Amino acid sequence: MSHHPLASAPSLFDRGILARATVDAFVKLDPRRLVRNPVIFVTEVVALVVTLVFVKDVATSTGTPVFDGQIAAWLWFTVLFANFAEAFAEGRGKAQADALRKTRSDTVAKRLLFTDPDEHAHSGVSSLDLELDDLVLVEAGDVIPADGEVVRGVASVNESAITGESAPVIRESGGDRSAVTGGTTVLSDWVVVRITAAPGSTFIDKMIALVEGAERQKTPNELALSILLSGLTLIFLITVVTLWGIAGYSGTTITVTVLIALLVTLIPTTIGGLLSAIGIAGMDRLIRFNVIATSGRAVEAAGDVDTLLLDKTGTITFGNRMATEFLPVPGISVEGLAEAALVASHADETPEGRSIVALARGLHGVAEPAGVETAVFVPFTAQTRLSGADFAGGSIRKGAIDAVMRHLGTRLDQTPAAFRDAVDRIARTGGTPLAVCENGRLIGAIHLKDVVKPDIKERFAELRAMGIRTVMVTGDNPVTAAAIASEAGVDDFIAEATPQDKLAYIRSEQAHGRLIAMCGDGTNDAPALAQADVGVAMQSGTQAAREAGNMVDLDSNPTKLIEVVAIGKQLLMTRGSLTTFSIANDVAKYFAIIPALFVATYPQLNTLNVMGLASPESAILSAVIFNALIIIALIPLALKGIAYRPIGAAALLRRNLLVYGVGGLVLPFVGIKAIDLLVAALHLA
Amino acid sequence: MTVFGWLQILFILALVLASVVPLGRHMARVFAGERTFLSPVTGPIERGLLAAAGRSSLGPQTWLGYTLAMLVFNAFGFAFLYAILRLQAVLPGNPRGLDGVDPLLAFNTAMSFVANTNWQAYGGETTMSHLSQMAGLTVQNFLSAATGMALAAVMIRGFANSGGDRVGNFWVDVTRVTLHVLLPASIVLALVFVALGIPQTLVASVDATTLEGAKQTIALGPVASQEAIKLLGTNGGGFFNANAAHPFENPTAITNALEIWALLAVSFALTHTFGRMVGDIRQGWAILAVMAIILGGCLVVAYSAEAGGNPLLTALGVDPSLGNLEGKEVRFGTSASALYAVATTATSTGSVDSMHESFMPLGGFMPLLLIKLGEIVPGGVGSGLFGILVIAILTVFIAGLMVGRTPEYLGKKIEAREMKLAMLAQLILPATILGFTAVAALLPSALASLANAGPHGLTELLYAYASATGNNGSAFAGLTANTPWFNTTLGIAMFLGRFGYIVPVMAIAGSLAAKTRGSASAGTFPTHGPLFVGLVTAVILILGGLQFFPAFALGPIVEHLLIPTGQTF
Repeated sequence: MSHHPLASAPSLFDRGILARATVDAFVKLDPRRLVRNPVIFVTEVVALVVTLVFVKDVATSTGTPVFDGQIAAWLWFTVLFANFAEAFAEGRGKAQADALRKTRSDTVAKRLLFTDPDEHAHSGVSSLDLELDDLVLVEAGDVIPADGEVVRGVASVNESAITGESAPVIRESGGDRSAVTGGTTVLSDWVVVRITAAPGSTFIDKMIALVEGAERQKTPNELALSILLSGLTLIFLITVVTLWGIAGYSGTTITVTVLIALLVTLIPTTIGGLLSAIGIAGMDRLIRFNVIATSGRAVEAAGDVDTLLLDKTGTITFGNRMATEFLPVPGISVEGLAEAALVASHADETPEGRSIVALARGLHGVAEPAGVETAVFVPFTAQTRLSGADFAGGSIRKGAIDAVMRHLGTRLDQTPAAFRDAVDRIARTGGTPLAVCENGRLIGAIHLKDVVKPDIKERFAELRAMGIRTVMVTGDNPVTAAAIASEAGVDDFIAEATPQDKLAYIRSEQAHGRLIAMCGDGTNDAPALAQADVGVAMQSGTQAAREAGNMVDLDSNPTKLIEVVAIGKQLLMTRGSLTTFSIANDVAKYFAIIPALFVATYPQLNTLNVMGLASPESAILSAVIFNALIIIALIPLALKGIAYRPIGAAALLRRNLLVYGVGGLVLPFVGIKAIDLLVAALHLA
Repeated sequence: MTVFGWLQILFILALVLASVVPLGRHMARVFAGERTFLSPVTGPIERGLLAAAGRSSLGPQTWLGYTLAMLVFNAFGFAFLYAILRLQAVLPGNPRGLDGVDPLLAFNTAMSFVANTNWQAYGGETTMSHLSQMAGLTVQNFLSAATGMALAAVMIRGFANSGGDRVGNFWVDVTRVTLHVLLPASIVLALVFVALGIPQTLVASVDATTLEGAKQTIALGPVASQEAIKLLGTNGGGFFNANAAHPFENPTAITNALEIWALLAVSFALTHTFGRMVGDIRQGWAILAVMAIILGGCLVVAYSAEAGGNPLLTALGVDPSLGNLEGKEVRFGTSASALYAVATTATSTGSVDSMHESFMPLGGFMPLLLIKLGEIVPGGVGSGLFGILVIAILTVFIAGLMVGRTPEYLGKKIEAREMKLAMLAQLILPATILGFTAVAALLPSALASLANAGPHGLTELLYAYASATGNNGSAFAGLTANTPWFNTTLGIAMFLGRFGYIVPVMAIAGSLAAKTRGSASAGTFPTHGPLFVGLVTAVILILGGLQFFPAFALGPIVEHLLIPTGQTF
């Protein structure tokens, strides 16, 4: 997690991106493209109409060319600002795609001549000419030509082009570490790779397409929101068109320009203009977090997740058992036991051994006993199931309880009661007891346990506040699993889990209408990854797992599932908040425009001019200007997303409603008044 | 406003509130097909009728099958009623010897009663024979109300069911609602009305000699029975032209109170039915709270506008202490009249005990506003509930996103399909009301029907189309509606407002029913608390307000602002 190659790319105000987005904003005026966004498309059409009115004014020297011209200009700005927002969001992705594209150079692949992977005779072909199931030999220093699966050999591979992590990873045939990615480099040894992706559809190609937004389709929720916005646009179209007739009855003639100004300020241009930018930025945030989603749909689903399936090892606990306690038999001090354990484990390179040394040194301050350097380490063997050390003064052994009992030629019920109690307690709490003996005498027990990551309990509490259940998946027996589950604070656990258990659990949750997220890396995880609503595959995992999931975590860090959920929620929240803001804005715009429309016929309607706007023309112009500028003002918010806090739905709603609902009601009153003062001062209307 | 006036209002509203739980629970049993306390009496009739229909047509239907059955049923109802009206001259039960109703008026009237609107472009006592009133209009009063309630049951099942595409059986629902709710309640209420002095007779009229010695013929008829269902079914079509302002329809303050209770009772109680059937009574109370808040707000404005009297008359020396009594019955006064006006427009009843046109501009604005908000607070029987649930869906969609999840209402995800249908339904109201109003406002032949000029005339037009589209049926009066233009366009408006709205809403119900019902968690948006109540209220006001604000500004608002200048219309 220390490297973010893709994150290092664009800041919010990168000059190159700004320039490119400005050009793209004009390119996007093409009505064939704009029609996908009905609100902005309507704005463009009416901008064109007002422009024609303006041209007619000028050509015939009638009407109000200054006013019509300004309205036309601001309507075009409204469309351009919306286009700019989208182009800007895309631009950040494009810059990232360019960086990725550099890694996808044409290389010469050593294609095997025969179908036998053990026969290494090969010929050089362009990597672009490789086909599915071709076998290629990749040796130290070679770039892997395309995505594939290692079928022979083992090699260390630098995958920094994809992950940004410079430490090499091991790739070997068989097992869960057999997948290799095109564009990465073999550092040592060799492998024979069977090609699993044709050129143009490799992992990097997919990444490029995703960050560029080339395959971007409206996601389900975005589609539903667009329908709402189109519906509102239609409703306001009806309101404005019929107003022409109704005003006619009242003896007021309203010009086309003014009716259009009313329409554009009423239809939800703010959210309409920012909607696609919000979606692109959501994907972008995920990518900068080093997670690639295969579709925007997956990002949205992440926000909806009800249940998280988390693997115990690596996510909830540090993968290995660690010593946490020394429990001496009566007559032996804790320090004495710690010292003996340290000597026995001094040269033990297993994680358990190292944790014993660390505990003895750290917690109990045991110094290096004299003569430890000369001790001969006795490694663990399958026969003795013990390890330890022999030295001048004697020998120390440590191992599982039954192994030590056999070594001592005794039985557990003959040991001191304190020892038996200790062993019993350790087993009951889900730990593993080790016995230690010195010179044929039992001196105590070591408590090895799965250590739960320090801040994980708070994370789970946060998730619970967000309404998300956490389920721990582990191969441990139910007793151990229950102990760890209660320590970590998960809501449920699946003990002695098989891939089938996971799949069954996911299906039963889904049958209750719940959405499930999980992560996995092995081939046997693939069915569950595919079944889950959000399946995050580890980049280090197998090809099958990566194909089955709908997200790939380049850092292979399962804890990130939690952040993925937060990013999904943030995306939906940003949409909802800006929609609320956009609709709430309409109230103030009405109070600006309606009195302006009819004050000539009914001067009493000036009572509704609560903002005290200078003149009908300046009121209308100010509302239109505010409407355009608010899009630009909200671009940073749309791209960054609004802050997500795990405080529960009710509190979150109250907060966002206050900021974006009430704020959306009040802000335009202030904004339109300010613009009106400026417009009046500059004699623009 | 007087303390007594408020006490009177609060007493009536308390009666409504008291009936919510028992009536709501009873209707939940009816919809669920369970036995009710009426089963010993109605059971044999119900079984007999359903057996006659045949078992094959009584299985659970999809939303489409249900809706088609409903449309066919109402098409037959329309044809039947149209035929009676056209042929009443040759049919029995015509003691006054009235002519057949002319084609356009018959079209308008038949549509009006089938669509639960009860817009009356005619005067009842001078146009309709007893047979037309009893076998034609009153029958549709029952059936249009039963249709609305059955459709509400479908909407509720859409939320309550989890998976599956079946939403109930139209024929069973309509039969049960009629037999277990509408008929027994109407019989009891009609008897009470008779006891309180409302006539129930087949005699056409009585002759009376007035104090001045003049001969007067006073129309009579089976009034009490029609009165009961016209209110309970939120129909509103009066027996007499003066509707509930007529002393034979509404003789005393007590009948007036009872009438207001009757027109509010079922619509409010259905919220409780909803809460029970979705398994969370609080959900029903939340919806009821939204209705009560808006209705209460409008009531305060209307009552204060009426109680304040007309400042122009006060300036001429008229005592304002009794308020604005123009167009009101002295036996009801301003408080009961304001409550009746608000209640009859908040529900889609449309019967009146005072002339809304004679209200002060703001007083008359409230009925217009309530109709334009979509007849959902609490709205017509059934139609009000499914209408407000559509708004609740929109609210959940907009606000629900703000908690960072795909919006859910009662465990059902609100997605593109629901939004598409909800927006389609929401478009009907402004398109029909504003569309026809705008055309009529420019059409000299339509404008000739207006009795008043200026903003008041515009309000008359707006009110007519809003009332027809919202299936309310009350008139702002002042408008001569029995013309070819209005009979035709108002008939179309009633059709669109009823059936154009129902079809997409039923599709929503079907789509919701097919979804798996998720369970609520800390991460889902709570829809039973004050926050949700406030949100739905705001969405109703903002959405409705934004659509009609320009028209309102040119109608009642400007008329109100013109009062100080002495300008009246």
